[in-house]
Amino acid sequence: MTSPRMQSNSSAVDTDYVLEVEKLNVYYGSNLAVRDTYLKIPRNQITAFIGPSGCGKSTVIRCFNRLNDLIPGARVEGRVLFDGRDLYAKDVDPVEVRRRIGMVFQKANPFPKSIYENIAFGARINGFKGDMDELVERSLRGAALWDEVKDKLKESGLSLSGGQQQRLCIARTIAIEPEVILMDEPCSALDPISTLRVEDLMHELKQRYTIVIVTHNMQQASRVSDMTAFFNAEATPTGGRVGYLVEFDKTQVIFNSPSQTATQDYVSGRFG
Amino acid sequence: MTTPDNTPTSGTTPGTMSYTVAPQRKLFGNIMTGLVIACALLAALPLVSILITVITNGLSRFGPAIFTELPPPPLVDGGGLRNAIVGTLTVMVISAAISVPFGIMAAIYVSEFARDTKLANAVRFGINVLSGVPSIIAGLFAYGVVVLATGTFSAVAGGVALAVLMIPIIERTAEEGLKSIPLEVRQGALGVGATNFQTISQIVLPASLPFLATGVTLALARASGETAALLFTALFNQFDARSVWQPTATLSVLIYNFAISPYKNQQELAWVAAFLIMVFILIVSIIARRLGRRTQF
Repeated sequence: MTSPRMQSNSSAVDTDYVLEVEKLNVYYGSNLAVRDTYLKIPRNQITAFIGPSGCGKSTVIRCFNRLNDLIPGARVEGRVLFDGRDLYAKDVDPVEVRRRIGMVFQKANPFPKSIYENIAFGARINGFKGDMDELVERSLRGAALWDEVKDKLKESGLSLSGGQQQRLCIARTIAIEPEVILMDEPCSALDPISTLRVEDLMHELKQRYTIVIVTHNMQQASRVSDMTAFFNAEATPTGGRVGYLVEFDKTQVIFNSPSQTATQDYVSGRFG
Repeated sequence: MTTPDNTPTSGTTPGTMSYTVAPQRKLFGNIMTGLVIACALLAALPLVSILITVITNGLSRFGPAIFTELPPPPLVDGGGLRNAIVGTLTVMVISAAISVPFGIMAAIYVSEFARDTKLANAVRFGINVLSGVPSIIAGLFAYGVVVLATGTFSAVAGGVALAVLMIPIIERTAEEGLKSIPLEVRQGALGVGATNFQTISQIVLPASLPFLATGVTLALARASGETAALLFTALFNQFDARSVWQPTATLSVLIYNFAISPYKNQQELAWVAAFLIMVFILIVSIIARRLGRRTQF
C-alpha cells in the first residue's frame, strides 16, 4: 500500500531529534500490532499522533518509555534511539528510561496520597536531594495548579477534580525533570475548559520539554502540535489488523495539503 | 399544526383495568412472606441465646481477680484466668508474626507478579484448599513439625497451628485489596521511574492497607476461639508458662477442660473465658469493619 513518507524538513537542516524510530515492529504475542514505522521526533516541539482507534499510535508512544515491557507477550523489533542511544539495548535500564521520558496517561492516575506526596514521590525515589517544598511548588506552578491547591497540599490527590488530577499528573511528571513528556490522550476524559487549560500548559512546557501527544481529537492536534503523524490500520490476510504510519509532516501540511489521500480523508472527517 | 384526530376513537374499547385478585393467591403470598421472616428471626436466635447465656454466666464471676490470679485446684473457690489470658495472647502474637508476613507476601506474589500464570492459579487453589482444612488437621501438622521436632508442647507449636489457619484468610483479603488498586496507579508509579519494588511497597501496599488490616483482624478473630488446633500443640498448663517452649494454657482449651469438669468453680471460670473470647472477637470484628470502610477506590 502506501509507503510512509519521511519528514521533508528541508528548511531547517540542523533540526535536533530527540527520538528516532527505525523500522519499528511491535507484536503482542504473535500478533503484529504496528509495522515498519520510521519517525523522528524533533526536540522542544510538540508532535501529535493522530489516527483511528487500533491504529497503533498508543502502542508506538508506549515504546518510547518501555511501558510495553509490562504487557506480557509484548515484543519490540527495530530501534528506538533516544539521544542517539537505543532504548532497547541490553544494558539500558527501563526504570532509568522512564525517569527521562515521563508519561501522562489517558485516565488521570494520581497516587492515593496527598497532593504534596504525589509530587515528592517521584523525586524522592529518583534520589532528589534538595528543597522538596520548593520542588513541589515549582512543579505545581509549572502545571498551572499551584494557585488552586496551595492551601490543601496535605489533602488527597484523589479529592481534586478530573482536570486538576490530570494537571497534578503533569506536575508529578515534570518534577522528575524528564527530557520528553509523553501524553496518551491526556484530555479524553476532561471537559472543554480543562482541556484548554492543559493545552495552554503544553505550549508553556514545550519551551523546556519535548512533547509527544496521542489524541483522537483532530482540532486538538491542529491547535497544539508542530508536527503530526497520521497512523492508520489495515486488515491483514490472517484477519487481524495492523497499524502503520501513513504520513508524518508539519502539522500545517498534514491538515492543509497532505500528500496521501488517506490522510486527506481522515483530517477532513471522511472516516475515522 | 393541529392534529385532526386526537380524541380517542369510540370504535375501540380500552382494556379493562380491574382484575380480580384470587384470594388464595394473596393468602399464599402472605404465608410465604411470614415464613421467610420467621426463618430470618430463627437464624438470629442462636446468636441471641448464646450472647445472653455467655454474658449472664460470664459476668457473674467477672472481676479483677480474673486477670491476676491462676485457676485454683479442684474444690478450691475463687481464682482467675491469668495464665490462659497471657497464653492466648502469646499464641496469637506468634501466629500473627508467622501468618501476616507469609500471607501478605504470598498475596503480593500472586497478584503483582504471577497474576494469571499456572503457578499463581496453583497457589490460589492450594490456598482455597488450605482454608477448608479442618483445624484439627492444622493442629496435627504443627504437632508433627514443631512438637515432635522440639520434644515439647509449646506456645510456638500452637502459634504455628493457628498460623496455618490464618494464612488463607490473610492471603485472600490481601489479594483482593491489591487487585482493587487500579492498574493505572501502578503504571503511574512506574512512569515516574519507580522500580517494581518501590511501586509495590510505597504505592500499592499503602493504598490497600485497609484491606490488609481487615484480613489480619478477621484472621485473629478466627484464631482466638480456635480449640482443636491447640489441643495437642499448645496443650494446657495449670500455671504460667515460663517460656514459649512450654505447654501453654489458652482460653479456648481452658473452656474445653473446665466445662466438662464436675467442679462448679471450674465451670464458672469456663463461662468467664467464653465471655472474654466473645468480647475479643466483638472488638476485633468492629475494628475490621471500620478499617474495611476506609477504602479509597
